[in-house]
Amino acid sequence: MLYTIDTSFGDIEDKLVGDLGCGCGVLSIGAAMLGAGCCIGFDIDEDALAISLANMEEFEIENADFIQVDLTDANSTTKWQKKFDTIVMNPPFGTKRNKGMDMTFLKTALNLAKTSVYSLHKTSTREHIQRKAKEWNVKMEIVAELRFDLPASYKFHKQKSVDIEVDLMRFTFYDDKQAGASFSAR
Amino acid sequence: MRVTALRRMKLLTHNMLTSHVKGVKNGYPLKIEVNEMKIREVDFNPEFISRMIPRLEWKALYEAAQSLDVVGNLSPEVVKDYENDEDFLKEAHRVLMEVEVIKGFLICPESGRKFPIENGIPNMLLNEGEVGDAGPSQSGTSQDDDSMQ
Repeated sequence: MLYTIDTSFGDIEDKLVGDLGCGCGVLSIGAAMLGAGCCIGFDIDEDALAISLANMEEFEIENADFIQVDLTDANSTTKWQKKFDTIVMNPPFGTKRNKGMDMTFLKTALNLAKTSVYSLHKTSTREHIQRKAKEWNVKMEIVAELRFDLPASYKFHKQKSVDIEVDLMRFTFYDDKQAGASFSAR
Repeated sequence: MRVTALRRMKLLTHNMLTSHVKGVKNGYPLKIEVNEMKIREVDFNPEFISRMIPRLEWKALYEAAQSLDVVGNLSPEVVKDYENDEDFLKEAHRVLMEVEVIKGFLICPESGRKFPIENGIPNMLLNEGEVGDAGPSQSGTSQDDDSMQ
């Protein structure tokens, strides 16, 4: 996934890459390995960040940093706006408990990125996200369609595991003022 | 089990962190109180450093370097034509990428609120009641309660 982002779009090498909701740091570490100038991972969870650090040591990554922060608090990232070239993320999918979380993350990511945002979303939410992208005046494209076998992780999950379809989406900005016009006329 | 090696916060990261405690108008730059720091060699990437220069608050970086006593030959101001000034970029690289704060605190310049750095991870989480509404709050009187858990 990161390899595609780098080879097809050149959005990793020498860039400042952010990873929102980095969890165990898989994307951050991957980006750092692919030659990102620096990668900064954000997560609220201390345990996940501890694993990120251990993973980083394992791969001897020097150019990554992690911050413990609540991304749903909009005030927490004001200074980061447009500082990143690229944001990569696997946001929490909207579940029963945190509905709409993926969209909150996406909105934040678009604020922080200068060039592009790569994000994984359930294919079933594609139309919804397309509408949102239009509303926010950003361009959205599907880079890849993936399949995930998710093991049950919450008590309210009835099945042992579910096979879900996921899109890797790329969001970019229109750089001139009238660019959005052709998009909204429909 | 393997002992987790010490990690750190880079000054690059510090340059973009703010205190967003409710009521604080200017939570930047955060002062650094260091209990433990280290210099670690990191590969020099001039293209990346050049890319970052215009996005940084140089004054805050310089002051941070001063407070950690790692100024060295760091220029107090961004030089003209920095993309082609290797000495300048190397010093910027050293301060941004190689100085590591492992343990300490980030201190809000206005409220004095301390954000701990443990294992190089700054913890910017706020407690209930510290979280402000969206946008900067207008309450001018900064309370002096140093609410360290």
